[in-house]
Order: sequence, then C-alpha cells, then structure tokens
Amino acid sequence: MTAAAPHSTEPLAVLEHVTKAYGREPKPFVAVEDVNLSIRPGEFLCLLGPSGCGKSTLLRVVAGLIPASSGKVLYRGQPLAGVNPRATIVFQTFALYPWLTVQENVEIALKARGVPLAERRERAVALIDKVGLDGFESAYPRELSGGMRQKVGFARAMAVEPELLCLDEPFSALDVLSAAALRGELMELWLGKSIPTQAILMVTHNIEEAVLMADRIVVMDKNPGRVLTEMPVALRHPRARKDTAFQGLVDRVYAAVTRGPEELAEAPEGRGRRQPLPPARLNALAGLVEKLAAESGRADLYRLSAELAMDLDDLLPVVEAGKLLGFVKVEEGDLLLTPLGHCYAEASILTRKELVAGRVLRLPVIAWIYETLQQDDNGRVAKGYFLDKLEPDYGGQSAEQLLRAIQWARAAELFGFDDDTDELFLEN
Amino acid sequence: MLRFRYGPALVRRAAFTLADVFILLALAALFYAGVRLAFHAPGAIRGPEISLSVAALPWYALLSLGRMTAAYALSFLFSLAYGYGAARSPAGEKVLIPLLDVLQSVPILSFLPVVLLGFSAVLPQKLAAELAAVVLIFTSQAWNLTFCFYQALTTLPNELREASAVFRLGPWLRLKKVELLFGALALVWNSMMSWSGGWFFLMAAEIFHVGARDFRLPGLGSYLQVAAGAGDLGAIVSGLTALVAVIVLLDQLVWRPLLCWADKFKVETVQGDAPPRSWFYDLMARSALLARLQGVMAGSRERVDRWFRARYAGRSLAGLEPPARPGLSWRARLAAAVVAPCLLYGAWRAGVMLTSLAAASWTAIGLGTLATMLRVTLALALALVWTVPVGVVIGTKRRIAELLQPIVQVIASVPATAVFPLLVLVLIRAPGGLAVVSTLLMLLGTQWYLLFNVIAGAAAIPQDLRDTTALLGLGRSDRWRVLVLPSLFPYLITGSITAGGGAWNASIVAEHVEFGGRTHATLGVGALIADATGRGDYPLLLGSTLALVGTVILINRQLWRRLYRRAQDRYRLE
Repeated sequence: MTAAAPHSTEPLAVLEHVTKAYGREPKPFVAVEDVNLSIRPGEFLCLLGPSGCGKSTLLRVVAGLIPASSGKVLYRGQPLAGVNPRATIVFQTFALYPWLTVQENVEIALKARGVPLAERRERAVALIDKVGLDGFESAYPRELSGGMRQKVGFARAMAVEPELLCLDEPFSALDVLSAAALRGELMELWLGKSIPTQAILMVTHNIEEAVLMADRIVVMDKNPGRVLTEMPVALRHPRARKDTAFQGLVDRVYAAVTRGPEELAEAPEGRGRRQPLPPARLNALAGLVEKLAAESGRADLYRLSAELAMDLDDLLPVVEAGKLLGFVKVEEGDLLLTPLGHCYAEASILTRKELVAGRVLRLPVIAWIYETLQQDDNGRVAKGYFLDKLEPDYGGQSAEQLLRAIQWARAAELFGFDDDTDELFLEN
Repeated sequence: MLRFRYGPALVRRAAFTLADVFILLALAALFYAGVRLAFHAPGAIRGPEISLSVAALPWYALLSLGRMTAAYALSFLFSLAYGYGAARSPAGEKVLIPLLDVLQSVPILSFLPVVLLGFSAVLPQKLAAELAAVVLIFTSQAWNLTFCFYQALTTLPNELREASAVFRLGPWLRLKKVELLFGALALVWNSMMSWSGGWFFLMAAEIFHVGARDFRLPGLGSYLQVAAGAGDLGAIVSGLTALVAVIVLLDQLVWRPLLCWADKFKVETVQGDAPPRSWFYDLMARSALLARLQGVMAGSRERVDRWFRARYAGRSLAGLEPPARPGLSWRARLAAAVVAPCLLYGAWRAGVMLTSLAAASWTAIGLGTLATMLRVTLALALALVWTVPVGVVIGTKRRIAELLQPIVQVIASVPATAVFPLLVLVLIRAPGGLAVVSTLLMLLGTQWYLLFNVIAGAAAIPQDLRDTTALLGLGRSDRWRVLVLPSLFPYLITGSITAGGGAWNASIVAEHVEFGGRTHATLGVGALIADATGRGDYPLLLGSTLALVGTVILINRQLWRRLYRRAQDRYRLE
C-alpha cells in the first residue's frame, strides 16, 4: 500500500473529545472521558495504564468495533462508521477460532475479503511460513503453545495488510521467553518495513514493553479513564534494557503511572469524589509492607514488581490500598514505607488487626456500613440495603465495591457477611 | 463420557411478569382463531385404511421418517431465525425468550385438534393431516434447539465476536464458520433430544379422532395404534421392531458420526474425556469417493460463499454495538397497532367461550389438575428412586459406562407412546386399572431425562474430590451426603424440570386410552383434554389446557426455578 505516501504527514486516525460511557443516565459507567489522540503514519504508539483505564476501549473505538458515545473519530479525515476496513487487531487472548486449523484461521480473513480460493491458499501458506510456523498448517490452535498461537494471530492480521495494526496486549498472555522472542520478530518486521502497515497502536500495562517498542507513550488513568500525559521515546533501536537512559525513562513512566488521585473513598452521603476501593486483599498488603520493611523502607516500584513476580496490574491495587490506609507512599517511582507502615510491619498479629481496624474505619464507606450496623438492634442489616445506597455512586460496580468493603472489614474483624441470610453483621 | 446436561431452556427470571400475561392472552386468542376456523372443517372424515401386513412396514417407516425430517428441517430453520431475533436485539430478547419459556410448557397435544381442523378447513384433508403432524412434531423439536442456538450466539466468547467483526466476516461466513461451529456439539446433542421428542409425538399425531372426524396418516405410529386397537400382538411386536430398527440405524448412521465430527469443535478439552467413536464416521473418512465428491463440492461452496459476499459487499459493517434506535420503528408500531386489537378481540372471545363452561366442569378441571399433579409427583419420585443409584454407577465407572451408555441411549429413544398400547394391553386388568397404569406410562416417558442428567452429574464429579473422599475414609452414607448428592443437585434439578414437564404432557396420552374399540379414562386433567378433544368440546378443551399450562408454569417458576438458582449459587462445581 504505497498510495498513502502523499498523505504521510496527515494523521491516520484522530480522536477528538472522545467519551465512551456504558449504561444509562443518570449514572452511566464512564470507560473513557474526553480523550484527544492522533496516530501518525510511521508511528508506533503505546497506550499505557492500569486495568480499567479504558485503553482497550480506545483501541476498539479506533478499530470501529464500538462507537464513541460523544466526540469525533476520524480516519484519514473521514468520520468512522462501523468497523474500520483499514485496521485490524491482534488480541490478547489470540481470538483464534478453535475449530479451524491454523491455515483456515488465516485463510478466513482473506476469504472474507473475497480473495479467490487458489490465491488465498498460497498467501496463507506464505504468511504461516513467514511467522515460522511452516509444518503446522493443519494443526488446530489447541495443539499449539501460547507463543505459536499468537504467531497465528499475527499471521492472520498481516494477511489483510492493514494500514493500522492494533495490538491489544498481545504479549501479556505469553511466557516471558515467547513474549521476548515475538516482540523481537515484530520489531524486525516493523523496523525493516517488510510489512505494508503504516502505524501500530499497542495497548499494554507493561511499562518496560512500552519503552522498549514505542515511539510515543500515552499514559492513562482510571475512574474515569482518561489521558494523563504523553511521553515521546527518542531512544534508538535496538533498545537495551540495561541502558541508563532506558532505565531512567522507565522510572519516569512509573512515576507518571502511579501518580494516582489522593482522595479517600466517600460514604454515599458524603461529599466529593468517590474513589472506589482498589481490588486488593489486605493480606497481600501485609506481604508488601513486610517486603518493604525488609528493604529498609524504600524500594524501586519497577524492581519490586519484578522481584515479587507480580504484574504492575496486580501490584498497583495493593499499592493503592496501602496508600489509602496510610502505610505506604509513592515518590518518583519508588515505594516508601510511612512511619505507620513501619509500626505495622513490626507489630504482632493482634496489634496489626487493631491498627488495620483503626485505619479502615477512616474510609467513609466502611465507617458508614459499620455505623449503620451499630444502629440496628441485632447488628444485622440486609445486603440489599447497602447495595441500593451504593448504586447511585458505583452503578454496576456496587456489588463488587460492597464485597471489597466486606473483605477489608473482615480482615479487621469489624463486620462480616452471612451468605445464608444475605445479611451483613457486626463482629463482636 | 457424557458431559452434557439435558435440560429445558431455563431463563433466570422473576416469577410472573406482564410479558407472561400477554403471552397467555395471545395463546388464548390463537386458540380462538383456530376454533373459528375449525367450525368450517368437514363434518366427517375417514382416513385411509392402515394395513397390518409386515410388508407395509418399510414404506410406513419411510413415511414417518419423512415427516420427522420435514419437521426437523423446519425446527432448525426456525431456531436460526428465532435465535438471531432474540440474540441480536435487546427488545427481541425481552419478548422472545420469555415466550420460548411459555411455549415449552404448553401441552402441544391439546392444540392438535385445533390445528388439524383449522388446516382441514382451508386445505385438502390429506395435506391438512400431513401438515398438522409436521407442525405438532415441530413443536416438540423446536424449543430446545432454539434455546441452544440462542445460547451459542450469546455465549460466543467476546474476543471471537470481535475477531469476526475486525476480519469482516459477513453474516453468512459468521453463521457458517463461527456460530454454527461454536454451537455444534450442543446442537447435535439437542438435535438428538429433539428427535426423541419428535418420535413421541409422531406416534400420537398419525391417528387422531376429533368427533366424527378420523384423521389418519400411514406411518409407524398409526400402524402401532391400529395394531393395538385390533389386539394383534404379532403386529405390535413387528411394528415396535421396525421402530427400534429405524432408531438404531439413525443412531449409528447419523448421530454417532455427527457427534464424532462435532467433537472437533469442543472449545476446551477436559482431560480424561474419551472422544466419541463411530465406525461409520471412520469408514466415511476413509472413503475415496467421498473425498472426490468434496473436491467437486468445493467449487460450488465457493460460489455460494461468493454470492453471499457480493450481497453484503459495499455495506459498511456495523461494530459490536449497533447504534441504539430510540423507540420502535414505524413498522413495529404498525404491526403492534394491527396485532394488538386482534389479540385482544381473540382473547375476549376465548374468555366468552370459557364463561359457557358449567361450574361442574370447573370443579372437574380443578380435581383433575390435582389428580394429575399427584401422578406426576409420584412418577418423578419413582424415577428418582431408580435413576440416582443406577446413574451414579454408570457415571462413575468408566468400564460400565462404555458398555451401557449406547444401550441405554437406544432404549431411551424408543418413544413411550409406542410402548403404551402394549403396556395397556398387559396391565389394564391389574388392580387400580388405568389410574395406576397411567402413572407408569408417565414414568416411562420421563425417567430418561433424569437418568441422563444423573449420569452427566456423576461423571462431572472431579477426580480430586473423589480421591479426597476416599482418603478421608468416609462411609457410604457420609459419602453420599457430602459428595455425591450435592454434586448431583444441579443436574437433578434440570432433569426434574424436563421430566416433570414431559410427564404433564404425557398425561394427555396416558390418562385416556382408546384400546380395543373401548375408551379407558381416569380422573385427570390430561383425560379431560383428551376427552374434550374427542367430543369437540372446545370450551372444556380451552379451560383444561389453560389450567394445565398455568400449573406447569407456576410449578416451574415457584419451585424449580428457585431450586435451580440455589443449585447454581451453591452447588456448582468449578
């Protein structure tokens, strides 16, 4: 596809004030809010952020899979209606048809474009060859390893010669070695210009991966999903992870990603923004605090996530929980133990419980539930009551939020939940 | 090993809604329309003579098979259309799925006279009888198939749906390469179920008396009934043999190979699952002729695909969420404006018809419903008593399962209605008479659903739980209490719902038997329906049918659905 050359300075895709909300007024769930973004030819763009920040939603908006609720989506200057015919997606979970063979999976993309039988056979075989899967044409996806399956995913995507290649966390379901190998192969194809693709849009939550591959990183945050900042990556390829410039950039991106809002969760009656409780268990937080204490109270977040063998996606909620309770804070990509956190790390199990109880009760949602229960004669209130009250603030997520509040309160022995009667009850 | 739950279309929904009221109204209205048509039907009809000669059997078998195939084809097309309708639009889903739920609780047999007479008022008698039989069989095959396809459409993993959109698969390729194949295994299982349901009703639909009108169609069902009527034991046995032969042949030549083929499309593979085997499938796979044929077919398949592609080319493909249209389209409004008054009028006339029923009739309906309920409960309890221990043995012991499973499947697919005459012949003089025999007849028709569900449930108990129980050294009673019964619970519930529904339906044939020129009947709502049909007493037919439908729906919603929800929440093995 060389026809696009004269336009090469024009952006391929442009998002203007794009908002995507699900559900109905008055309390829709806002996946992304007021996003402005452009993707230019020749560019490898990365959307980076914690899960729930709407980065995958944005990718689907650009691919035309889902329409924006408001704002403009332009592709080559034209408003996008329906599926974008010049874009394609490589999926995190591969999205191969399990009942079709490797070759059929690649062929069907060509068949849908009306490529005649003989030609599509030839092209499919050539592509399978190109990704190094020759000999596996008649295998079913279930017979392949994760890395091989994703190769089929790439072969299928390249079969339609997309102008814009969208990658939805394509390496995150793979083991470390396969991911590294596949990344290398993709970069070789991309940098060597041996594919007609003009731009790549990749979604990831892996900071190092973003810095390794992208020309520009768009950092996003959640609640609601929005763009925090953009960072160009000017490092020359091939990039070396050990490089100090590389490491410095990784640290800076970490700092940008972890700069979350500081507000506490609010009770339904309270004022201000209602930040939901993060999806973390308190015993995971205990582990993190202990690890930090062993590192004398300060550790690089990036190194920590590697040492704990945790994804950033899993680690961040725990960090957030620690910040909410005042046990840790984040500075410049480093995680710091607060004096209170030190106390917690050194305390006995019983003292820890008291400490947590005191801190958890400062979270308005939990305090509100606790007070409501205390006002009941038997100390028992139906779950439905709380759900109704939480509904206006959390919408479809109120059940999840209540569950988390119960989990946290249980760890502090404040209140629990009786599954048989569907009631919350006070612990004595 | 069986991992498939045989069950009805179960929707997680509230007890009774406005939609249900609407649906019942619509049924009553349709019924009334049928009755209006029925008045124009010829007063007396004589069907063709059914020959009891053995030489006639192959031809009769072919005719019955043809009716079944036609009805199945109709069911399949219907489920595609209905499934798409329900899955593609939220509005459609709100109406169509509850409707499906009610439709499967309707005793189709009680609508047969109305359908038959309605058809014969406007069509030649022979065609009307054929059509009515096909429609009746269709109604016993379509619902579970429809729900199955709907489920395939709605449970298709999101990433595959997205991939289909991104790679621009048009509607045809999507159906052919994605949706049908994703649902293939479930569709094959449900088709097998549909066929056994179809045989059940075929037996009843080939001979039918409404007043002085005697509809009969040459086929296996009419052969068996005439044989029973003449008390000709030899003919009954040869008829049954022919039926079993047809069923076994179908199993070996169609269903087994299909299961083998569909096994490829299983999305996940569970370890220790022995793939189904079929000698016929292996034979076909080796056939050189078939391979040649496929080569020839490839060209025309390609042309079909291209034709469909051309039809949809140039249209921009909608993404996953079609833009929400505010309110209803003018076409929907127009249709509603035309249909609603008709429905209301029909429902009103049906109501007027009901008021002509005497108080004594209502008492009979109430008592009959209670009596039938008792019988259904008893049949269910009896079925549970034998199926649970037997099912657990078959489900947990692989060697026994491999031996018994095919046999049980063939026995189960012999329709109870075919065996009825024989049983009645033997048991009618036993103490208790038809009141007892009819319970046995119901049991006969419904125990298999339970058995299959128990087998599937027992096979699904994870090996590690079984090992743990063995290591703990639990005694027999503890093992059942802690492991077996809780694991079986969800399966027992699904099985009971289907079996219960089947038993209610079977009451129409079981409580009222024509045999040897005499009519035997016992107290029950099924007997009332059959009796009203025979006499052409439409108000009574409508009243008792509505009572039956209402009771079945109420029991399903109030009892089974609650238990089912509990089973889903608490006793799910995952």
